[in-house]
Amino acid sequence: MAQHIVLDRVSKRFPPAKRGGEEIVAVDDVSLAIERGEVFGIIGYSGAGKSTLVRLINQLEPVTSGSIAIGEVPISELRGRRLREQQTGIGMIFQRFNLLTSRTVAGNVAYPLEVTGVARAERRRRVAELLDFVGLAGRADAYPEQLSGGQQQRVGIARALAASPQILLADEATSALDPETTGEVLDLLARVNRELGVTIVVITHEMEVVTRIADRVAVMEAGRVVETGTTYDVFTRPQTAVARRFVQTVVRALPEGDDLARLRAKHDGRLFTISFTDEGVSEARVFSALAAAGVDFNLVHGGVDDIQGRVYGLLTIAVRGEADAVDRALDGIGEGVTVEEQR
Amino acid sequence: MSEIAGILPDLLEQTGIMLWMVALSLVLGGVGGLVIGTALYVTRRGGILQQGALWWVLNVLVNTFRPIPFIILLAALQPIGRVVVGKGIGTEYAVFAIAIAATFGIARIVEQNLVALPAGVVEAARATGASPWRIIRTVIIPETLGPLVLGFTFAVIAIVDMSAVAGLVGGEGLGNWAVTYGYRQFDEVVTWSALIVVVIVVQLIQALGNALARRIMRR
Ligand SMILES: Nc1ncnc2c1ncn2[C@@H]1O[C@H](COP(=O)(O)OP(=O)(O)O)[C@@H](O)[C@H]1O
Ligand SMILES: [Mg+2]
Repeated sequence: MAQHIVLDRVSKRFPPAKRGGEEIVAVDDVSLAIERGEVFGIIGYSGAGKSTLVRLINQLEPVTSGSIAIGEVPISELRGRRLREQQTGIGMIFQRFNLLTSRTVAGNVAYPLEVTGVARAERRRRVAELLDFVGLAGRADAYPEQLSGGQQQRVGIARALAASPQILLADEATSALDPETTGEVLDLLARVNRELGVTIVVITHEMEVVTRIADRVAVMEAGRVVETGTTYDVFTRPQTAVARRFVQTVVRALPEGDDLARLRAKHDGRLFTISFTDEGVSEARVFSALAAAGVDFNLVHGGVDDIQGRVYGLLTIAVRGEADAVDRALDGIGEGVTVEEQR
Repeated sequence: MSEIAGILPDLLEQTGIMLWMVALSLVLGGVGGLVIGTALYVTRRGGILQQGALWWVLNVLVNTFRPIPFIILLAALQPIGRVVVGKGIGTEYAVFAIAIAATFGIARIVEQNLVALPAGVVEAARATGASPWRIIRTVIIPETLGPLVLGFTFAVIAIVDMSAVAGLVGGEGLGNWAVTYGYRQFDEVVTWSALIVVVIVVQLIQALGNALARRIMRR
């Protein structure tokens, strides 16, 4: 796949808030290549520099150093009219939706079309098409405050797509929504990616968002990208401490510390943690292998998660039985499964 | 009763002159205030046309003019009035002076209302590739129109107040009439009928402004 958004050693520093204060390094020497047609997630704690990074991509803020290219276009070099022309090709949605309260739903969606100089009749046709796409066909004449949060974000998405951009930037687009509405909006974004082929950059501190729609993910900490990889890899084999902490909020963690002590007190026998990270392996296969070897076991911790539609399981079992039989049984489980004894 | 009938033609004429003075100074000062207020907003730090030097000049100008008591400004602007409107006395000159005072007063009102606009809305417009001028026309002004109308209503009432001292420079209007024929000639009927008319006019303006703002803000 071709590279679509390329950041080369990009930094963004803000002047100190007070005279004589410290300069703020919001984005620190970040290099990234986002591919055409992918959903790319950027995760990190509040203040990590995610919003600043995304605002550099569409040049709402100029870079302090480094360069950004959209396809062949060095967007970070452009100013004035030439920059604005490029910006029409990048849609953006926001946590607070940022709709115009003085305009109806249709008026909001039409806004980017007015900017690009689309004629009135064509504008009307396109707005109807977009509202249909986001499932708000009947609400063209409503005002934003008459809509629910989820509906307002749909309007935001329709507006962002109006000028047929190739890129959609989503800055915490679901963070103000309840879990159910979040799911609906994520499904819509997935459709935008699949059906329209739009490259999507999602910024979020919500891990569910990333595991659900992002193909790849970058982890940010203190302005730096500390880890990048496919969502599945980062979530099943996190390499950095920050990534591990994030991953643990969605993917069941290994029992450790107090949890492990409690498990030991409650169950006799040895504790093993079994992880399976690929298709074709299920907990059933693990259980039947143990049963076939005549090993008596209890499932004491863990579960199975869905990351990007792929299974990831992490199960801790307490096993009683002869050491040999246990080892033989666990060896027999085969490919795609890792077994580790918790000592 | 018969006295009221006697002063009625003058009362109506002077009310008309006052309304004309107020309307003209509102238009002039309103446009001036809108331009300067918007300029203050867009040139400030983080504004869409950030321009420190221009912001500084405008800010000093507004801060200098706004606190000057109008009666002093009315006297002080005479030399400039002679150049701009051809004379330093009369109703036209009074309108000129009111318009200047109103410009700086309204500029602050406009700026304060624009600052309250959520930054995200402007950011969303910028992200669509809209030019700063388009954002001013299609986002900043329309999004703040309700509060702006209320701010202008507030300003009209201050303008009515200023129009009353036009007599100092030989201008006409209800204020001058009340002072000349009511206060100086101890004719309380004249004074009170002027007062009642002003109260009615101000009430009507406020009601109109409220209704308009309510309609714009849809509540
Ligand atoms: N316009 C700005 N001026 C000064 N500092 C800023 C500005 N925007 C962001 N920052 C600072 O940059 C850092 C990163 O912020 P941000 O990109 O919003 O992080 P995130 O979106 O990950 O929460 C923070 O310390 C923030 O205070
Ligand atoms: Mg943010």
